[in-house]
Amino acid sequence: MDAQSLNTHKAKKSLFGGGSKQFFIFVKKEWLHIWRDRRTLFILIWMPIVQIILYGFALTNEVKNSQIAVFDQSNDQATSNIIHEIDASRYFEIIKYLHSYKDIGATFRQGKIRLAIVFPSNFRNDLLHTNSAQVQLIADASDPNTANTLTNYATAIINDYQQSLNQNKVLPYTIKTQLRMLYNPELKSAYNFVPGVMALVLMLVCAMMTSIAIVREKELGTMEVILVSPLKPFRIIIAKTIPYLAVSMLNIACILLLSVYVLKVPINGSLFLLIAESTLFTITALSIGILISNGAKTQQAAMFTSLLSLFLPTLLFSGFLFPIENMPLPLQIISNIVPSKWYYIIVESIMIKGLGFAAIWKETLILVVMTFVLLGLSIKNFKIRLA
Amino acid sequence: MKNMAAVVVDNIVKTYRIKKTVVQALNGISFSVDRGEIFGIIGPDGAGKTSLFRILTSLLLADSGAASVDGFDVVKDYKQIRNRVGYMPGKFSLYQDLSVQENLQFFATIFGTTIQENYNLIKDIYQQIEPFKDRKAGQLSGGMKQKLALSCALIHKPSVLFLDEPTTGVDAVSRKEFWEMLHRLKEQGITILVSTAYMDEASLCDRVALIQKGSILSVNTPEGVTEEFKKPLWAIRANEMFHLMNDIKDDPSIESCYPFGQYHHVVFKKDGNNKPILEKIVQKGNYTNVEIDSIKPNIEDCFMALMKE
Repeated sequence: MDAQSLNTHKAKKSLFGGGSKQFFIFVKKEWLHIWRDRRTLFILIWMPIVQIILYGFALTNEVKNSQIAVFDQSNDQATSNIIHEIDASRYFEIIKYLHSYKDIGATFRQGKIRLAIVFPSNFRNDLLHTNSAQVQLIADASDPNTANTLTNYATAIINDYQQSLNQNKVLPYTIKTQLRMLYNPELKSAYNFVPGVMALVLMLVCAMMTSIAIVREKELGTMEVILVSPLKPFRIIIAKTIPYLAVSMLNIACILLLSVYVLKVPINGSLFLLIAESTLFTITALSIGILISNGAKTQQAAMFTSLLSLFLPTLLFSGFLFPIENMPLPLQIISNIVPSKWYYIIVESIMIKGLGFAAIWKETLILVVMTFVLLGLSIKNFKIRLA
Repeated sequence: MKNMAAVVVDNIVKTYRIKKTVVQALNGISFSVDRGEIFGIIGPDGAGKTSLFRILTSLLLADSGAASVDGFDVVKDYKQIRNRVGYMPGKFSLYQDLSVQENLQFFATIFGTTIQENYNLIKDIYQQIEPFKDRKAGQLSGGMKQKLALSCALIHKPSVLFLDEPTTGVDAVSRKEFWEMLHRLKEQGITILVSTAYMDEASLCDRVALIQKGSILSVNTPEGVTEEFKKPLWAIRANEMFHLMNDIKDDPSIESCYPFGQYHHVVFKKDGNNKPILEKIVQKGNYTNVEIDSIKPNIEDCFMALMKE
């Protein structure tokens, strides 16, 4: 018997030298867990789709067909051109032409309009002779966000007109408006949140789901059994993460397809670069998930740690909902340690600004360093024993 | 190789720090298990059985002391140990959402073997659950779960098998079957360490270690343990059991009295004519339906006596 058992042990050793069989069955087993937990799988697949559609249509701060009024005291070629441009845009619908200042207040009080555009008399004369004219934009500021958006839209249209006038001029005309826009001339709100949702979903799927999956084995006691096996502990962890990597890649594909074909947000830069950077960020998120699972004892603990340390910072500090530049300095400094912030910048640069790797190598390097540190920490802290 | 003990435990100490109090789980215990024997670790809940098993399967580190399994040190050579032992934890530790067959396939593969290769080893056990092989493990009954867990722990033909309270929560018939299976495995040359809180299972082991509060009270064969019990032992019953217990305990010649099933077991301090003492107590208290017998000690009696010392 002894000789026989020795032989089987030898056979095991040589088999384990490769270890790919063990690794493969572990990945398969993990995939079965995901596949059979239909409710969770359903959430994992649908969450990003619902998020994209929600942010894209329901929660958008883009304002279409807003009803506005015009008070034109000049009635000349220039003002009628501008009014025509405004009426033609899909943001505005002119429902009323006013004839006195008194009318403005009255129309606002009726709640019919959200914006009034006032041209002073002699608008074209001023423009032609002094090269400068003024427009007044009055917005209903009870909803400050909408008011801000509407004035921005109107200003953009007026600026467009001004530019078309200036094409062949030595001395440029200027139409003065109080508000200016620096970026994203059409103010498509979808631009901002597609990278944000991508960061959020990857964090949630990779980090939270893997940490929960690892802790679940601890909680159920199966970790105890598989630790007492020839499988190398860190291989167990890597095998557990692979199905989640696949799910998150599927999520990325869904998000990109939806944003290109449904929200009409183009991918201006290289798709390959975008996917490569997303894979990098996925690995960052996975290592955070492993790190969380090292410390957490219950699935609930893993979930709350993930939510507090990943979900909220991604929401708050990636620049997705709130511009980082507007934050107090301490929070701006904190935002630097949130990986999602760098990923957000990268995706925004590639997708929307259409920039290449040269523009984002710094952010990429930061993510790479973060990933190595996190991965190193999670390997170092991984427990080959219980407790 | 043949002479080497399968398991050697040498002065193992393990403490846990729970908040600010230090809990002594294992209090410097030593024993050794020979190859091919069924060795029982018998003790109540909280005696330190699970801690001991986890140390021997390299899952926990002892505070001090040394232990080896199959000649390999549990700390230094933990990788070798994980290659050759089988471990069945107390909690049912299989994947509930995988089927019977998938669980077995998984454990066979991660141990670098196949179900076919060692099928003859698990045949007796697995055949009983094979009709349900496509059922999810979570939907099995307690006894079937336990058989599946044992199959999974055995599938790689371990040299030493650790079973932590395998019969807890299992019905009497399944328990009996389970012990029969262990004896068949022993014939295959596998060393088996089994822990249990059921004292009656001690007699089914080759040798037992009685453990209480992290200390070993005795290591012996089941017969040897009962032979160590030298004092006279009587069983008594009556309709008024509660009063009877108090009256007996008041008698100075009686060492101890404790309930045992439908009887009270009474241990006397000295040999001699002890029956009249009990009869006198019964007469004085007007007890009805009285039954008094001299009995042989079982493991539980020995355990009670050893605990007192």
